[in-house]
Formats: sequence, C-alpha cells, structure tokens
Amino acid sequence: MASADSLHNHKLMKPKSTQEKQNRAPEKKPINQKHARHLLHQMLRIRRFEERSAEMYTKLKIRGFLHLYIGEEAVAVGVTEALTSEDAVIATYREHGHALAKGMSADAIMAEMYGKQEGCSRGRGGSMHLFDASLRFYGGNAIVGGGLPVAAGLALSDKMQQRKRLTCCFFGEGAMAEGEFHETMNLCALWQLPVLFVCENNAYAMGTALKLSESVVDLAEKAKGYGVQASSVDGMDVLAVEKAATQAAQFVRKRHQPYFLECQTYRFRAHSMFDAELYRTKTEVATWKKKDPISMFIRHLKDHKLITDKMIGELEDKVAEEVQAAVDFAEQGTLEPVEDLTRFVYSETRSS
Amino acid sequence: MIETQQEQRQITYREAMRSAIRKAMLEDERVFLMGEDVGHYGGCFAVSQGLLKEFGSERIRDTPLSESAFVGAGIGAAMGGMLPIVEIMTVNFSLLALDQILNNAATLLHMSGGQLNVPLVIRMATGGGKQLAAQHSHSLEGWYAHIPGIKVLTPATIPDALGMLGAALRDPDPVLIFENATLYNHSGIFPENDDPVDISQAKVMRQGKDLTIATYGASLHKVMEASSQLADEDIETEVIDLRVLRPLDDATLMASLRKNHRMMIVDEGWRSGSISAEISARLTEQAFYDLDAPIERLCSAEVPMPYAKHLEDAALPQVESIVKTAKSFLKQYG
Repeated sequence: MASADSLHNHKLMKPKSTQEKQNRAPEKKPINQKHARHLLHQMLRIRRFEERSAEMYTKLKIRGFLHLYIGEEAVAVGVTEALTSEDAVIATYREHGHALAKGMSADAIMAEMYGKQEGCSRGRGGSMHLFDASLRFYGGNAIVGGGLPVAAGLALSDKMQQRKRLTCCFFGEGAMAEGEFHETMNLCALWQLPVLFVCENNAYAMGTALKLSESVVDLAEKAKGYGVQASSVDGMDVLAVEKAATQAAQFVRKRHQPYFLECQTYRFRAHSMFDAELYRTKTEVATWKKKDPISMFIRHLKDHKLITDKMIGELEDKVAEEVQAAVDFAEQGTLEPVEDLTRFVYSETRSS
Repeated sequence: MIETQQEQRQITYREAMRSAIRKAMLEDERVFLMGEDVGHYGGCFAVSQGLLKEFGSERIRDTPLSESAFVGAGIGAAMGGMLPIVEIMTVNFSLLALDQILNNAATLLHMSGGQLNVPLVIRMATGGGKQLAAQHSHSLEGWYAHIPGIKVLTPATIPDALGMLGAALRDPDPVLIFENATLYNHSGIFPENDDPVDISQAKVMRQGKDLTIATYGASLHKVMEASSQLADEDIETEVIDLRVLRPLDDATLMASLRKNHRMMIVDEGWRSGSISAEISARLTEQAFYDLDAPIERLCSAEVPMPYAKHLEDAALPQVESIVKTAKSFLKQYG
C-alpha cells in the first residue's frame, strides 16, 4: 500500500515537517480574521454543496456523471484568491468548486444538475458543463486535456488586444499524459501567453495511479522542460495554495508568460458515482483524510485564536441556508420546452 | 462593356483565397491567420505568400505542428473577441484536431445554453488528384457535414473563393472551408466585386432538362466539362454546385428534381455514409413521387487513395466516368 505521502512520489510531500514549515507562512504572521473566515466559508460552501449534491444524486434528482471535489477544496479556493473578476477560468468535469469560488450561484449550479432551464447552462450541460460567460467561467470541459488549448486561445486574444488579464486553467494530473497538454505548454511558452496552469494532482487518473501512467512523476519538471516556470505546493493547505497561486499569478501578469503550479491533493470520494474504488485502500483514504483541508485549516485558525466554535457554527448555518436555498431553487425550476431542443446549435443573433 | 473589362482580369483560385484573407485583414483588425507554415513558408499551397511581410508575425502566425493546440487556441481566441482564420494543411491532418473541432467548437454554444458562440473560421485543403497517396488526399468534408454546430463550405469557383471567407468571418458560429487542392491553379474571371457571398444556398450552374447532376468542389469542373460533352450528344444536363454541405440547401435540390425528375450526385468522398448518401435520402424523403428513376451516385472508390496515377485516376470521379454514368443512367431510365 502506498502511504499518503509517497503517492505523489514527490519531494515536496516529504518530509512533512519541513514542508509544512515552508508553506505554512502564517506561523509568524497570522492572516487577518476576516480573510481567514472568508477562506473557510468558501471551502465549506463547496464541501456542503457537494455533500448535498451526492444526496440528491442518490434521490435520483441529479443524474448522469457527478464528480465530487471533496478533499480538494483548498485548491480551487486558494487559487481563486489570486484571480481578479476579469481573469478567465477554464476547468474540468470536476468543477463545482471552481464555479462556486469564481462566483457562480449555488442556485444556478444546482438547477443545472437538476436539468432545469434556470440552470447556468439551461440544463444543457449538467454537472460536467457549468458555464457563466459574464463571470468569464468557460466550463466545465469533460475531455481530459481539452480545455488547455482553449485556455491558450483566451490568453492569446488578451495578448493580441493588449489586455492585462490572465486565464487560469485547471486540469488533473491525468491530463499530462495527453498530447494536448504538451502541445499547449509548448505553444504558451513559445508565444508567451498569460496562462496560469493549475495541475490538481490527486494521485489518480480516474483509477490509475500516477506511477502507473507517467514515466516521470515530478510533474513540475515536465512543464519546465518546455521552458515554463513551475512549482509545486501542498494542495491540502489553503494558505499555502493561496500564497503559491498569488506568486504564480503575479509572475504571469508581470512577465507575460505562462506558469505551471502543481497542487498535490487527494480526492476523498469516489471518482464519480460509479466507482467501486478497487484501486486504492481504505487505509490510504483514511490517512489522507487526516489532512482534510477544512479540518486542518480550522485547527490552524484555532491555534492562532482566529476562530471560535461559535463562529464556525455561524458559518455552517449560513452555508446550510445557501445550500437549502439552492435545492429549493432547483426543485422549483422549470423544464425547458422540448420544442426548444434544437436551439443554440447555431447562434440566434449575429455577433458584432 | 463590363464583360470586356472582366475578361482582362483573370485570377487564380489561390490568388482569390489570398485576396480574400488580405481583404478581411485590412477590413477588421480582429482578423488574423494562424497555421503551419502560413508565414515564412508562404503557406503549404502558397495561399498566404507575402502576407507575413504585409501584416507582420502577430497577425500571420506560424504555429508548431500542433493541430489540436492551434485549433483550440483559435476557439479560445474567438471566444476572447478575435476573428481567427486557422489554416490546417490538409483534411487528413485535421483529424489531429478533431477533439477541438467537435467537442469544443461545434458544441460550446449548445452546451453553455447559448452563452458562448465561437466565430472561428478553419480553412483546409482537401481532395485527391495530386498523387499524394493515402494520408494527404481524402475528401472528408462530407464527414464534417455530419456535425451539428458547424457550417461546411466548399468553394469551387472564383467568386466563392473570393467571397466565402468574408461571409464565414461574419458568421457568429464556426465555419469550415474546404479548398480542393487541385483547384488552386484553376483560373477564372474576376467577378463584378469580391464582396462576401451568400453561404446558405446551392447554385444552379447550368440549366438542362434531361438530368440534374449535383456536385461540389473540384468535381464541379469535371461535371461542367462532362455536361458540355453530353450536350454535344443532345443530352441537356442541369448542374448544381452544392457550395454548402452543412446546412444543405434542400430547396434548390428539390426544385431541380421536380423539374427534371432524374438526379445524379457526383461526390469525391467515399460512397458509404457520404454527403451523396444524405442528399439521396433527402430527395427520396421529400420528393419521392417526383422521381422517375432511382438516384444515381458517382463517388470515389472505397479505398485509401493510392499513389500511382492510373490507380488514383480510377479511384476518383472523372469527366469520362461522369459522361459514361450519365449516359448509361439515361439509357436505362431516360
């Protein structure tokens, strides 16, 4: 059995004590209370929203594929802190967390998964295809690696139009075996495109362990091979992710070049709702759960007296209210008339 | 007379495509061209020769040999407010970008509930006849016409080579333009103007009463030649240039069938599951009682394209085989 730390097969994860000292910057300089609560709030929103989504899946309200992000919340929350509202995000089929963090309403996401026309993609996308053009949230791409070239193009349009914004592209480590990863790294480095690539390394490409699919498991090294600046961070530590992503985003903005940030994380739940989890042991999962990004962050905040149980309770209540409202919204949503089936295959209005 | 002035201005299909790109780039600074060897090399088929010098490397972008990445980048750039023209060397290479074309370009608008349109134009060379063998010679445009969400254009004439690109760039959705490589040296008269042309209708290129032949791309010129030869034998054929394979212009096809009651389709694609099969099905569905004979099809032989000239010639529809097929068809059903 692989230990939690050896799964990613990477120097960053061991030894733990040294690494925690490196990335837990707030040891000396505690973060301000408001910001701490904001980060916790965001992670709790994702966690509780998804727990409820799983419940509604078992109640047959949500169908198709449902890929849960539980365990990986620190990545989406930490990275989004480094972005502005003008920055674009393109994510994978495991993107509820990124959509919530970028500002999409729980209502619109839940309604989408219910297949209702009040959903963010009018019920045409489902869990894997959340979109909000007004927030510059470009999906929801369910072809592994398929979002990377599009991210390069969004960044190219910004570069050609002399805009200052960046494009943040999330993908799993499984995507790094795809040709599109390699083509896109090369193109972005060659053309100096402002893309922040965030690799969410949860150690398994569906059920295939990293070491069974990659000849070189130090993922940052692969990006460096294309001349892309790269680093790795403990993806279970929201503060470490925020710090690393902020530095990475600054690099992209100042240097007008891509950056590759590997976030080492772990998926607590099954790959999707159809997964017997034969490829990993319960002990391994239990070991990783000790590094739960939310519990660890709460412990950290309590150590620094930045949060009380009462405050946590208040946050939980607020989140529960939001999630319940989303379920109510989705329940009350309406189905798009079948007559509209073939709408949006082609544009209904001409572009400017 | 206008006709005399036109006769003085001959232009090749290649020059017409280049002129269309140039015109689009001069008119709108959002337009740019990217693809393999479009810049320093001047384009694999010399379409973009001279454009790098005129517009610079920001707008005439040589790309790495990464079809998926640069087609995907075209999609992203289109969503980001640009109007990219992506050139893929040949239709066979476009298969390396099929993920981006089908799973993203054709799909994003619908999958996002109407939020994200992709005003992207992809141009590529297609077709056989240049002894380039089985990885550079196929005609897969009919295959692409299977996909909802994209439009498929097959310019065969000088006016369409000049005017389809501009129309495609004005379209809010992804448009694929298939340029048959044997047409680049084809020359013709510069039309009255080079404005964007209609990209929704087929066009009757020659009137006739005995038989309608529908075709597109390089086969159009073979069919026109065959029609002249048939006319010498008092067989009057009507020729339709399909021009647009998706969406198909059913009305023009049905109108001609209702007039002539006999239809033949010449298609450089493989017969099985081809655009000619689709047209035949539509004619049968929509105008069954107007048919005086089964629909005749002349397609490429179902083989990977061979190199040897005599074999390649035999694999493709030719003037001779078109004449022969039309005559035997009319002999049986005329």
